[in-house]
Amino acid sequence: MRQIHLTVNNEKYQVYCPEHITLLTLLREHLHLTGTKEGCAAGECGACTVIFNGKAANACMVLAPEANGAVVETIEGEAKDGVLSPLQQSFIEHHALQCGFCTPGMIMSARALLDANPAPTRDEIKEAMEGNLCRCTGYEPIITAIEQAAGGERGA
Amino acid sequence: MREYIGKGALRHDGIEKVTGQAEYLGDIKLNGMLYAKIKTSPYAHAQIVSIDTSKAEALPGVRAVLTGRDENVMVGLYMVDRWAMAAEKTRYYGEVVAAVAADTQEIADRAAELIEIEYMPLPPVLDVREAVKASSPQVHENSEVYDYIKGVFHPEPGRNIANRTKVRKGDVDAAFLRADVVIEHTYEQPQVFHLPLEPHGTIVQWGAGDKVKIHTSAQSPFAVRDLFAHGFQLPRSKVEVNVPYVGGGFGGKAGIHMEPLVGMLSKRCGGRPVKLIPTREEECATFPCRQGLVARVKTGATKDGKIIAEEVEYLWDGGAYADYGVNISRAGAVTACGPYDIENVKVDSVTVYTNKIFGTAYRGFGHPEVFFGIERQRDLLAKELGMCPVELRLKNLLMPGAHTITGELITEHTGRVDKCLKMVAEKLNVGQDYTPEEKAEFQKTGKYRAKAAAVLQKSPAMPTWSASSAVVHMNEDGTVHITVGGVDFGQGTYTVLQQIAAERLQIPIEKIVMAPGVNTDMSPYDWQTVASRMTVLCGNAVCEACDDLTEQLLEMGSIVLRASKHEVALGDECVYVKQNPQYSMPYSKICMGYTYENGNAIGGPIIGRGKSIAQGLTNLDPETGQGKTALDWTYGAHAIEIEVDTHTGDIRVVDMASCLDVGRVMNEAMVHGQMIGGVLQGLGTTFSEAVYYDGEGRLLTRNLTDYKIATFKDMPEKLEICCVETPQLDGPYGARGIGEHPLIAITAVIANALANATGAEMYDLPLSADRVRAALAKE
Ligand code: FES
Ligand code: FES
Repeated sequence: MRQIHLTVNNEKYQVYCPEHITLLTLLREHLHLTGTKEGCAAGECGACTVIFNGKAANACMVLAPEANGAVVETIEGEAKDGVLSPLQQSFIEHHALQCGFCTPGMIMSARALLDANPAPTRDEIKEAMEGNLCRCTGYEPIITAIEQAAGGERGA
Repeated sequence: MREYIGKGALRHDGIEKVTGQAEYLGDIKLNGMLYAKIKTSPYAHAQIVSIDTSKAEALPGVRAVLTGRDENVMVGLYMVDRWAMAAEKTRYYGEVVAAVAADTQEIADRAAELIEIEYMPLPPVLDVREAVKASSPQVHENSEVYDYIKGVFHPEPGRNIANRTKVRKGDVDAAFLRADVVIEHTYEQPQVFHLPLEPHGTIVQWGAGDKVKIHTSAQSPFAVRDLFAHGFQLPRSKVEVNVPYVGGGFGGKAGIHMEPLVGMLSKRCGGRPVKLIPTREEECATFPCRQGLVARVKTGATKDGKIIAEEVEYLWDGGAYADYGVNISRAGAVTACGPYDIENVKVDSVTVYTNKIFGTAYRGFGHPEVFFGIERQRDLLAKELGMCPVELRLKNLLMPGAHTITGELITEHTGRVDKCLKMVAEKLNVGQDYTPEEKAEFQKTGKYRAKAAAVLQKSPAMPTWSASSAVVHMNEDGTVHITVGGVDFGQGTYTVLQQIAAERLQIPIEKIVMAPGVNTDMSPYDWQTVASRMTVLCGNAVCEACDDLTEQLLEMGSIVLRASKHEVALGDECVYVKQNPQYSMPYSKICMGYTYENGNAIGGPIIGRGKSIAQGLTNLDPETGQGKTALDWTYGAHAIEIEVDTHTGDIRVVDMASCLDVGRVMNEAMVHGQMIGGVLQGLGTTFSEAVYYDGEGRLLTRNLTDYKIATFKDMPEKLEICCVETPQLDGPYGARGIGEHPLIAITAVIANALANATGAEMYDLPLSADRVRAALAKE
């Protein structure tokens, strides 16, 4: 067992957990933040994407001890005070989700992209999002949602 | 009148899904819950000699270890041929042999490793063409004892044949003699994974008094209830199935999966809830996939391009078990020659047992597989005849007045495949040659472009008694809750049902709520969420339920407003007197009943109920295959332009147009969503998706690196979606199902374009760069 301090969505946490678990398990099983999904546990699908010290990361590929002292943002922190972010709103408006299982990871990858590059081109979006798999939407609506959100966020 | 059908309407579940609040199976934790792990077979075909569970049982925290020799149950939807755990022999790599429940997942994983199993390997049956021979080793030795739906399926015990469906029409042999041209080709397709991002998770609690509660990631809650109760001889009323949000299914979550096994574990653990979430590797190796297909197609035509005879043999690689697969061979027989008017037809469609992962329903239910061969064959025939392939198709397509190969009459309401084909062919100018400059450029760069078009069709394949129902409750404030028994696992059915209710009741759509998830104790019955049947059957049930509710509102309104019933109407969430609209009564004042000043009370809470059942379906004649299994046909077509890099073998989709005759567009954005998603899934099947085994039948593709689905990088550069609207007579507002159709015929249209670009005729899938390169080298 090991004690880990971390900040998730601006809240500080202190967790006792086994050394070998991943950040994904820590979030889902220990902090009960189940918005972040597990699709493969092997860094291959992006369903578990969170923002880890400012960068998009697959939570299933981060060991819990590496998260000691880290600042993590998850899907649960994306809406503020019950109000959806423009990115979330845009996903709904552009039908960028169907089953929704990839959606939290998609939104976190897109969030990291927009934080680093507020006006990405379609190619830059594809490039940044390539690690996030979706079996339902065909990706097109997701790109549109991110493009439109970028426009909206810049305008705001 | 406000219009809710057609454009607009955002997803009913958008907010839950973009915030991470939507609860999927994996997110559920119950008090006292244990964690399960399965132990699977490392052999494709082996006798189980001995199983030693003592070490696993001794591990602290282990609550139950189960093998097929302790307790077992047989399951299967159409053909009951599968035990929850292999007991005597294993029939595929990845088959469950034992299972553990423990306090934590780590302990369960460790315990499963400690189970010792001794196997005696048997020769695996891996090739359908060998498996179908009478001399082949048997995958199931005693298949004559298996239960199956008699009269619908036709197994051949003693051979590896789980079902043979025949279609006989006219006289093919005579027609082939008459034909000016006869061509014959064999097309091969590997098995394919469904790959929903969410694996098949299940929690079962086998409570006291045999009251069983199942939470499961399933497409068909009532089928799970039915098959579970049947398997364990329990009354349906004792089995409760709860389906939360489901992370994609594509057919793979239809039927029943690990629920019986996890149920037995829970029973062993004194009724504590047990949760099983398979790893991605288990999801690949253990759960069913799409069947492979070897298709031999022989076609005869006159020199002016009329197809007069077709003989088809489909060998479906059903894998180790055929519970669902038998119905795919049946559906494959009905659709065997595509949407063409052919007088002389002979079809044998056979589900073959092999020692591979077993097959189940997959988006398109056999049609994507059939259409690879059939639509390749059409282009090859056109080439043989020196005809334009679009012309050849138009000359032979089913038109009103024609009969399908199973004898179904096509009417002007059935849908128009010719219109779909013409539309996409025009959009892409299929048939128009490239300019000499363009051709010179192809030569220079080694990147050749070409176009092609193909058609598609699909109808649901379901039992004659397949039914749906819906309940509409009006709340105190006039808002509405709808419950149905079918699942929205992403396809958007619930949003369409909301639209239907809004239109019917003239209530703003925001005031109509779809109860999320399905619970068989509380939701009305629905056969299964498969076959693109929800919009039609469940949609009709919602229409009827809304009409029932409307009648009750009018009744109440007319009494309270003291007007005859025919003189009142609904509008703006009120019942009003037609002559005098200012005399009106809001729904909210009457939907829970109405009490007069003197204390007289009338009415009570208003609930509408509706139902619908498939109409006019029959079984097929066992010898000729004549009959009607199609509730409705949805037709469509794709046109494509690709660029083939002849150095690398890479194919790029430059432009594409896809069209379906949807009957009526219910929600434009969602139709587009289904179509774009389906096309991309089809591109995955075309370019990269294939399940591979080694020579011993051990699965090689066990993760998302070895098994590649389409990513952001694989999108077509341009994709235009279009619709034809020939209203379906019995569809709600004329609509038909479209969920599965977009991915049908994609493989064929690309292979045809590849041949047009390079001359390389490919007869098997996938068209991965290395295989295309190899084919080009042969040219
Ligand atoms: S669960 Fe982490 S990448 Fe798939
Ligand atoms: S919406 Fe289902 S995986 Fe993306």
